[in-house]
Amino acid sequence: MTDPMQEIMASFFVECEELHEALIDALQSMADGFHDAETINVAFRAVHSIKGGAGAFGLEELVGFSHQFETVMDACRSNELAISDDLVQLFLRCGDFLSDLIRCSRDGDTINAVASEALIDELSGFVPKADTDAASEEIDFQPMTLSLDDLGGDASDDLPMDLPPLADLGPAPVDEETVQAAALLIRFAPEPELYESGNEPLFLLRSLADLGPCQVDLDFAPPSSIDELAKPGGRLSWTVRVETDQPASAAQEIFEFAAGLCRLEIGPASEMDGALPGALPTVEEDIPALVETPLPEIIESKQPTVPPSDGAPRSAAPTKTVAKVSPTVRVDLERIERLVNLVGELVINQAMLSQSIAEENIPQNSPVSAGLDEFMQLTRNIQESVMMIRAQPVKSLFQRMSRIVREASSAVNKSVRLVTDGENTEIDKTAIECLADPLTHMIRNAVDHGLESSERRVANGKPKQGEIRLAAAHRSGRVIIEVTDDGGGINREKVLAIALKKGLVPEDVVLNDNEIDQLLFLPGFSTADEVSALSGRGVGMDVVKTQITSLGGRITIDSTPGVGTKFSISLPLTLAVLDGMVVTVAGETLVVPLNAIVETLSLTAKDLRPIGPGQVVLCVRERFVPVLDLGKELGYRQALSIDNGAIALLISPEEGTLVAMLVDTIEDQRQVVIKGLQESYGRVRGVAAATILGDGKIALILDPNDIAQSASGVAFDNVQKEAS
Amino acid sequence: MSDLNERDTSAPDASRQEQTEFLSFRIGDGEYSVDIMSVREIRGWTRTTSLPHAPAFIRGVINLRGTVLPVVDLAMRLGLDETEPEDRNVIIVVDVAARVMGLRVDAVSDILSFSEDQLQPPPDMAGSGQATFVKALTILDDRMVRLLDLEAVLPSGEEIAA
Repeated sequence: MTDPMQEIMASFFVECEELHEALIDALQSMADGFHDAETINVAFRAVHSIKGGAGAFGLEELVGFSHQFETVMDACRSNELAISDDLVQLFLRCGDFLSDLIRCSRDGDTINAVASEALIDELSGFVPKADTDAASEEIDFQPMTLSLDDLGGDASDDLPMDLPPLADLGPAPVDEETVQAAALLIRFAPEPELYESGNEPLFLLRSLADLGPCQVDLDFAPPSSIDELAKPGGRLSWTVRVETDQPASAAQEIFEFAAGLCRLEIGPASEMDGALPGALPTVEEDIPALVETPLPEIIESKQPTVPPSDGAPRSAAPTKTVAKVSPTVRVDLERIERLVNLVGELVINQAMLSQSIAEENIPQNSPVSAGLDEFMQLTRNIQESVMMIRAQPVKSLFQRMSRIVREASSAVNKSVRLVTDGENTEIDKTAIECLADPLTHMIRNAVDHGLESSERRVANGKPKQGEIRLAAAHRSGRVIIEVTDDGGGINREKVLAIALKKGLVPEDVVLNDNEIDQLLFLPGFSTADEVSALSGRGVGMDVVKTQITSLGGRITIDSTPGVGTKFSISLPLTLAVLDGMVVTVAGETLVVPLNAIVETLSLTAKDLRPIGPGQVVLCVRERFVPVLDLGKELGYRQALSIDNGAIALLISPEEGTLVAMLVDTIEDQRQVVIKGLQESYGRVRGVAAATILGDGKIALILDPNDIAQSASGVAFDNVQKEAS
Repeated sequence: MSDLNERDTSAPDASRQEQTEFLSFRIGDGEYSVDIMSVREIRGWTRTTSLPHAPAFIRGVINLRGTVLPVVDLAMRLGLDETEPEDRNVIIVVDVAARVMGLRVDAVSDILSFSEDQLQPPPDMAGSGQATFVKALTILDDRMVRLLDLEAVLPSGEEIAA
């Protein structure tokens, strides 16, 4: 029993994440000034669904909090409460806390009850009159409860829920209080869809038992023939009599998730006795209609199923959303991974096939060649489509960052606005997950260090509220993510002074602005005068840089004093395919990632100049660049000879530095499928991964930055002799 | 059919019971074997792509239907003389402790069955590093067959990093 429950719960939490995303989305647009009914509805529905699901799993804290949350939102929805900026801010904080609650409930962590209480208190402060929310709640179940007054007359009526309340809508809540120890009668006949969607009537019946002593009768109509038994669908229904003083809406809430999947009647016991099963429409549809529709109309029409008027939110709104969102499938990431791998195989196989066809000297216009061309086209399409499955909009990531901004800004007491741009830009799912940490660091840094205090901003003639811009965009086959603040820019003097003090750079060093900015990425560097709770523990930017680099990305800084700082992260579109330059070194075929190569140069012996024993530099446009022989660095050959014209690849391991790597020939430039080496063998210094070339051979994909950093720097004897 | 059945039943039951099958192969003049349950497949020799900074006994990696398969040169791993790979050489793909690796051997010879009592632990010889790779010895038609301890043969993470 526990296992399937846990599975259902796991999927509930996945759903929660999606709902929470929708909630924050709606709240964000409310914060941006969209106060229309639909936006509020979306937010309300999200909280409501979370509450409903949480109720089914008995997550009390989650239910309690989301209940209060939705009550206030409901007040907004019904225009009882004006939406103010303060309220939206409170909603956002509640949204943040809700995600904490969801996480705590999922991981079984202790819930911060104090924070919960505080927010609930704040929320209740917003409800205009103390009883407003009670009243609005009670409106929901008035039809049933009130009918108690009139039981006698309507017992035989086919539509008992409808008539009685009309006269007494006003004093309803009072009556509710006075009617004690009543009994509810529930008729519950599941439709086949209820079972298909994985609902378990047992749980519903158990929840009913929580309301009070229950008498459950199973109505089982024996099938008249075997054929009938073979028909799909449920044939069980139950009649439950609950001795409870709870209103009918309490029972209705239990069946909330079964709405539309069963025939359901709920009413006071005495009244329901005569009603026939199926005589009543489902409660879910019935109630809004009654609430929203002016009373006289009902009297005249005597129709319980008044079509929802435009204000009836519950029944009308969900259909709208369904129409808007295109259907999605939730797939295990591992399956996609497998598909990506298979497509990788296909690409390799196709390359092998074209190579062997080329070797057979088959004429271009033969059917085989034409077919192969088509095959190549298809392969490319499949590959792109598969990569798109993995791609996801950065929106969820940006949403998380807006929370970071809110928290960070209140922690350091600065007023900060986060502006996001291009949040529908899609990048690889793995990259999104790996980006969360570095971006959090960067945002916190921007709030804490980047932006000046409000007073200083005003003194400098800037708006009091600081602005942080988070933007994503596709640019020439890469994804660029920028974090920009409009703060004071990097204080380069201070940065240099700290680096000197911490001994990160030699005393007499002379650095240009760009080089000073790069100091921020040094391990153990922190500019904060004092360690604040927010950042400044010295684990900042170097970790950020490592994380970005491990994703195949780069990070650059662009800072103007007094105007602001911009951090740009540039990432490859996908982590499964890479644009590479195929080169040969000492008979081995290697792939160098194209994004690492700044320039390629064809060399003669004269271009290389010895500058000391065992050290050679290359002169490129009046600039001396250290030279590494790839063959030697990788241990393929003893020493370099460039008699037959070596080729140098200029690599920029860091912004502003250049290293020349010597290779024998450049073979090709192509997309290669990345094959991990780590799992099957282990990490190899200087090698990022492997790939399979068109001839079926494995080629190693180099990590030029790693090679440059761990360069042996051993002499190129031959060169020296030749040069001298 | 009936012939076959008869022969099966006539086989001595007692010695069959505990028998394990081993794949035996040659390296130089020696005969070695590994538990057949850890053998995934046997492939002809293909040129490997050598890995930089790898220990000498790692021949490199090959493409095994789209996955990268590291190949250990068993002769060098066991401390025997180095031989240049020939086309007649064979790569035995083994799966040990969830790691898949290739073993380069000279040639595969046979599938042998031994029972537990036919195997002897290798005599304790001081100063012999190679002994750690041999789990047991047995005699078959006057030939000595060494049973390799595959988990010891496959390089550990530290050995690769070194």
